[in-house]
Amino acid sequence: MTLLQRLENSRNALGLLFLLPAAALLLFFLTYPLGLGIWLGFTDTKVGRAGVWVGLENYEYLFGDSVARLSLFNTVFYTAVASVVKFVLGLWLALLLNKHMPFKAFIRAIVLLPFIVPTALSAIAFWWIFDAQFSIISWALMKMGLIDKYIDFLGEPWNARFSVIAANVWRGVPFVAITLLAGLQTISPSYYEASAIDGATPWQQFRHVTLPLLTPIIAVVMTFSVLFTFTDFQLIYVITRGGPLNATHLMATLSFQRAISGGALGEGAAISIAMVPFLLGAILFSYFGLQRRAWQQGGADK
Amino acid sequence: MSQSGNDAVGMDFLESTPRKLVTVYLPLTAFLFVLLFPFYWMAITSFKPNKELLSRDGNPFWIIEPTLAHVNKLLFQTAYPQWMWNTVLVSVVATFFSLAASVLAAYAIERLRFSGAKQTGLAIFLAYLVPPSILFIPLASVVFQLGLFDTRLALILTYPTFLIPFCTWLLMGYFRTIPFELEECALIDGANRWQILVKIVLPLAVPGLISAGIFAFTLSWNEFIYALTFVSSSEIKTLPVGVVTELVEGDVYHWGSLMAGALFGSLPVAFIYSFFVEYYVSGLTGAVKE
Repeated sequence: MTLLQRLENSRNALGLLFLLPAAALLLFFLTYPLGLGIWLGFTDTKVGRAGVWVGLENYEYLFGDSVARLSLFNTVFYTAVASVVKFVLGLWLALLLNKHMPFKAFIRAIVLLPFIVPTALSAIAFWWIFDAQFSIISWALMKMGLIDKYIDFLGEPWNARFSVIAANVWRGVPFVAITLLAGLQTISPSYYEASAIDGATPWQQFRHVTLPLLTPIIAVVMTFSVLFTFTDFQLIYVITRGGPLNATHLMATLSFQRAISGGALGEGAAISIAMVPFLLGAILFSYFGLQRRAWQQGGADK
Repeated sequence: MSQSGNDAVGMDFLESTPRKLVTVYLPLTAFLFVLLFPFYWMAITSFKPNKELLSRDGNPFWIIEPTLAHVNKLLFQTAYPQWMWNTVLVSVVATFFSLAASVLAAYAIERLRFSGAKQTGLAIFLAYLVPPSILFIPLASVVFQLGLFDTRLALILTYPTFLIPFCTWLLMGYFRTIPFELEECALIDGANRWQILVKIVLPLAVPGLISAGIFAFTLSWNEFIYALTFVSSSEIKTLPVGVVTELVEGDVYHWGSLMAGALFGSLPVAFIYSFFVEYYVSGLTGAVKE
């Protein structure tokens, strides 16, 4: 047997060979940077200057830094509000799209548009929509007589927070809706027929049939949604750059500002790494959500 | 989404038309209005003369004197065509490379079942969950040390860090649905693993390949933070980064050309998406459902 034939018959050798391109790239550009990021967080590295080990100094400094604390609050607030709103609206939209109607396929296709276009570009459109002087929303509200002067959407801290949340929700609702719709379509109509014969109201059907059967996929979809929202960067970078008065700075945008614009790589890396515990929480949440899926479908508890 | 259609009909006949109007069509219209309005606004701003843009009188929802001035400025006075070309180049190359690497990896994990295949599959899933916003700082330092800073190659090499985990995960699901018997038959007939992959598995996995390819292409097209960090010269920038960083000059916002830039940057992905809606949706839901 030649070497080539021996290789072909060994699953381990062949498996390793097939895995090589993907593994090499991921190890070098994903695993290594991840480790490097953790290490950088413990050093005082600046752009163009190798740093020395400073232990927890970066984290101690950031803990005392009011902007960093504000960015943590903003990130949690942004994630919590945007995720809840995306879930409620997304579920509602999914239920609507699951009804029988004309042009169903077409409507579903255009619903996903906000999700597929580049976020940075749709964010520019929102920037213009939220313009202090020429906002179309202010114009419409003025014409309806609901307000008497133009709203300063991005100039006032709380207005700005809710404005960027609105833009995030706009982009995220289609993702939640379309994935939950796929879950809804796997629920057999016979459950609804059976519950209707037993006299269930539409609300009871939703509460006791739809929701329990949808829970596993909700858990996964919301984990992804939380993950994307928590680490969001582009929307904030484009619409407010963290302003006004750092009111919309998220941890991701602050780490960019400190590390890339400011050159303090170590400090920026520490901010990014501080996001990891939250992400791990989200992943564990997904894991237990998936576990529940197994027994709900009649599988054994793992 | 393959069974989209009749399974939801069920008891719809019980709902009367007026009732359905209030509970279904009215909220749905509101949703569609909000979801589509920013696109309408992008389009109408692109062709509106500055005189009308910067005025609070008249009806802002319509254009009285449409103009091509903004588009003209965008195409001939900025590096916009170059950014478009960079984005196409980077997205296509990164997508093809990632797809090829992912096919091999997914086949190895799902079908060769080498020892440790299960753990590798899990590792791929975890890699998929690592967000670019915690990787970009150390990656910037890696890119710099390799001397790739400010090159398209930097983007082509770093985009696969999120494309490969996604494509591999998706393709593993597709390969799982292909019966083992087909491969066994081919093995008995004397085919080697490479022939099995190319002549049996891949033709059967074409829908999965299209889903993964379309999704990967849109992900690369939309990528922002790596392109913003690893590139600084105007002629290397990708489209989203170019529009955001170069079209804004000080405090003067050229809303017309900004919106035209956003519109034409969104159209290619929207166009490709319109041809492959079903594949895209199955990629999206497949990645979440597995």
